Amino acid sequence: MTLPSPPPTTEPAMKIRVSGLKAWFGTHEVLKGIDLPIPAREVTAIIGPSGCGKSTFIRCLNRMHELVTGARSEGQVLLDDTDVYAPEVDPVLLRRRVGMVFQKPNPFPSMSIRENVLAGLRLTKRMGGRKPAEVCEKALRQAALWDEVKDKLDKPGTSLSGGQQQRLCIARTLAVDPEVVLMDEPCSALDPIATARIEDLLHDLRRDYTIIIVTHNLQQATRVSNRTGFFLQGELVEFDLTDKIFTSPQDRRTEDYITGKFG
Amino acid sequence: MSAPAPEVALPAVAARTRAQRASGPGERVIELGLAACSAVSIVVTVGIVLVLVFEAAEFFRAVPLTKFFGDTEWTPLFKDNQHFGIWPLVMGTLVTSAIAMAVALPFGLLAAIYLSEYAAPRTRRMLKPALELLAGVPTIVYGYFALTVLTPFLQQFIPGLAGGNMLSPGIVMGILIIPMVSSLAEDAIYAVPDSLREGALGLGAGKLPTILRVVVPSAWSGIAAAMTLAVSRAIGETMIVAIAAGNQAKFTTDPREPAETMTAYIVNISKGDIPNGTLEYRTIFAVGLVLFAMTLTMNLITYRLSRRLRAQSRA
Amino acid sequence: MKPGPPPIDISGRREGVWFERGFVWVCRVAIVLPLVTLVWLLGGVIARGLGRIDLGFLLDAPSQLDATTGGIWPALMGSLWLIVITAAVSLPVGVGAALYLEEYGKRTRLGTVVEIAIANLAGVPSIIYGMLGLGLFVRWMALGETVIAGALTLALLVLPVVIMSSREALRTVKDSLREAALGLGATRWQTTRHVVLPMAIPGILTGAILAISRAIGETAPLVVVGAVAFILYAPDGLDAEYTALPMQIFQWTSNPRREFLTNAAAGIVVLMFTLFLLNSIAILLRNRFQKRMY
Ligand SMILES: Nc1ncnc2c1ncn2[C@@H]1O[C@H](COP(=O)(O)OP(=O)(O)O)[C@@H](O)[C@H]1O
Ligand SMILES: [Mg+2]
Repeated sequence: MTLPSPPPTTEPAMKIRVSGLKAWFGTHEVLKGIDLPIPAREVTAIIGPSGCGKSTFIRCLNRMHELVTGARSEGQVLLDDTDVYAPEVDPVLLRRRVGMVFQKPNPFPSMSIRENVLAGLRLTKRMGGRKPAEVCEKALRQAALWDEVKDKLDKPGTSLSGGQQQRLCIARTLAVDPEVVLMDEPCSALDPIATARIEDLLHDLRRDYTIIIVTHNLQQATRVSNRTGFFLQGELVEFDLTDKIFTSPQDRRTEDYITGKFG
Repeated sequence: MSAPAPEVALPAVAARTRAQRASGPGERVIELGLAACSAVSIVVTVGIVLVLVFEAAEFFRAVPLTKFFGDTEWTPLFKDNQHFGIWPLVMGTLVTSAIAMAVALPFGLLAAIYLSEYAAPRTRRMLKPALELLAGVPTIVYGYFALTVLTPFLQQFIPGLAGGNMLSPGIVMGILIIPMVSSLAEDAIYAVPDSLREGALGLGAGKLPTILRVVVPSAWSGIAAAMTLAVSRAIGETMIVAIAAGNQAKFTTDPREPAETMTAYIVNISKGDIPNGTLEYRTIFAVGLVLFAMTLTMNLITYRLSRRLRAQSRA
Repeated sequence: MKPGPPPIDISGRREGVWFERGFVWVCRVAIVLPLVTLVWLLGGVIARGLGRIDLGFLLDAPSQLDATTGGIWPALMGSLWLIVITAAVSLPVGVGAALYLEEYGKRTRLGTVVEIAIANLAGVPSIIYGMLGLGLFVRWMALGETVIAGALTLALLVLPVVIMSSREALRTVKDSLREAALGLGATRWQTTRHVVLPMAIPGILTGAILAISRAIGETAPLVVVGAVAFILYAPDGLDAEYTALPMQIFQWTSNPRREFLTNAAAGIVVLMFTLFLLNSIAILLRNRFQKRMY
């Protein structure tokens, strides 16, 4: 059930270009110089054994990494053509263009389902003239949650099941209209059925969004992504079309990993 | 970071304990002794209720509840024209407590937000104990301050502020309560999982909207518990109001006026020469019972709220 | 393709930045202002009272006539009597209760009820303890308005504090140590006595000192159980009349003759200095304790 990959001859436009990215927690160097171009409107999967720096990597892309005390980073991350680490860049504004879905669903417990979806726009004072009901319905439909919750929009977000909560978080992220969506193992806390729903969702979303998904589930990477990067101990070992990575990896370590020799 | 002590300490213990194996009945006696110590708390609780109810019952035999709760004059010491309406005392308590909360709540909450979300670790380590100092000053000292420093100071700006008034002790009580509010609220804010902060920041929200609209609402039950506990503390606070509030049982809401709180009334009767066993003397138990009921209510609400907080943070 | 507004300029200005800066300054003021008040209070008291303190102030009985002579000797001695007895009563009982709750009574019926009682007692106003002391010790046990009645009242008042801080200290002892001792065949009490208590003692003492500080500053319950406002002699036994330092300060503060306020200020300086000493000891103890932890 692999995807039809984009035609390999035409190089797609790049949404994000990462070069020489290093990251530390205190003195512990977690990323050791990553170079990675991320094409627009594709799903890019990041795989690798636990602790290799996958989360750190995508958290560097929307500058969430620096929120951890003692954490820092170095190198270049170009979003379109702006370096997101340039001194004049406001990371808060950056995160409106590069949204994030987390490993554990984290709906805001003090808010209803509706308020959760609208939270991004309200917290950033960007409701403008938009109609709350429309924004809410659109985002929930995009996240394939509308039919399940349309009759209980005023219930707390935390009253939903785990899979629904995660889709609510996706809806919340989509509602602010980002260009890039980062997903850090979004299905790891979910059961297979909920996982399948979110994977279906990704197929639809990549028409409009550039998606980077971290996953420890290799099948998931083959199912949802166009390209895959394999990380090992803070380095990018290999990056290529997903088909190629899983059928004819160039690096010995990639092969070992995808054949289950370690990790 | 390992634990070297067991290796050092335990052989000695083992030798001793092996020598004393036959201590069965002794064990039981000790356990009973310790249980008795802990039961003292129950005895004290029951004792408080019994003493208050017992003496207050004597009072209510002479003064019916309708007069106690249906009258707005409190003149138990007048030879003639005796009135036993509790409301002036309740009003004094409520007004001073409200002023205290109006001070302690904003200051305590802002301090909690600053300490938990903005202050650098070093600043926090310095400021937190400094704030705690405020709670360590005896209330008699605050009373002196309210009477001799704050009231004259405020009189410069507030015309008509009486020498004994509700405003000044109310403010000082608020200052005393700030650390209680701030440290409990800080605990509650601290208990909000980081994943919620990250969720909001990940949507492109600034730090302050994240704090005010996601973090603080999520900490609501803990913050509410801090508030109810603070109210209970303000209601029961005694020396500050006994010294600086003027000790006149007036039924008024004007904070510039003198008043008498329930606690101050009890102090004033106790330090005077009213003979034991008289009706006037028994008034303090009736007042004490009302005071106890009010603080108990607040404490029960606090207990409920903090249980909910604990249940939440476990989830 | 997704139609939509042009992308946000991430180098641009964001709403609310100035508001946040203003807010943080308001927060800083909210912390500093109460501390300034504290400095104002202490500074004022020292300025007014320090000059009044000399050997005579510490060692003489108070004078009702002349504010410039007399001192706090009976009050100092009264406070000393009170806290020694308070400590002697509340410490064993409080630590015993804490031991029961932490080492024996987890999940027993008694333990649960005691937990609730303590949580409730911690929130009871101190003046209510005074009324308990009046009903229980002064009247029912007929101890009268004596040192022992006052001290027992204070002991009940600080009991929840002692219990809670002792439990805190007992909880810092790792369960693995208890299990190791029990595994060696020690009984519950032997484990408690020889393994748990020695490790928790510094923490318990720190809490005890803080409880004592609380007792020293208490005034309201003493008024109710009949500490006298004016007395010329130090107590000479458990059944003596007594006053205490905060009582003496109260009496001077509420004296209509303003010149006695100087004496009140001087008394406050002595009281605050005592509390400062006690707290310094508690902090030293805690620091040594923490250094010994691994
Ligand atoms: N908050 C943190 N503080 C210190 N070290 C961290 C922190 N988070 C992660 N690390 C370390 O950084 C490395 C990479 O972590 P992470 O990016 O989370 O890996 P992955 O997501 O691939 O499992 C790991 O060795 C981890 O121990
Ligand atoms: Mg991870």
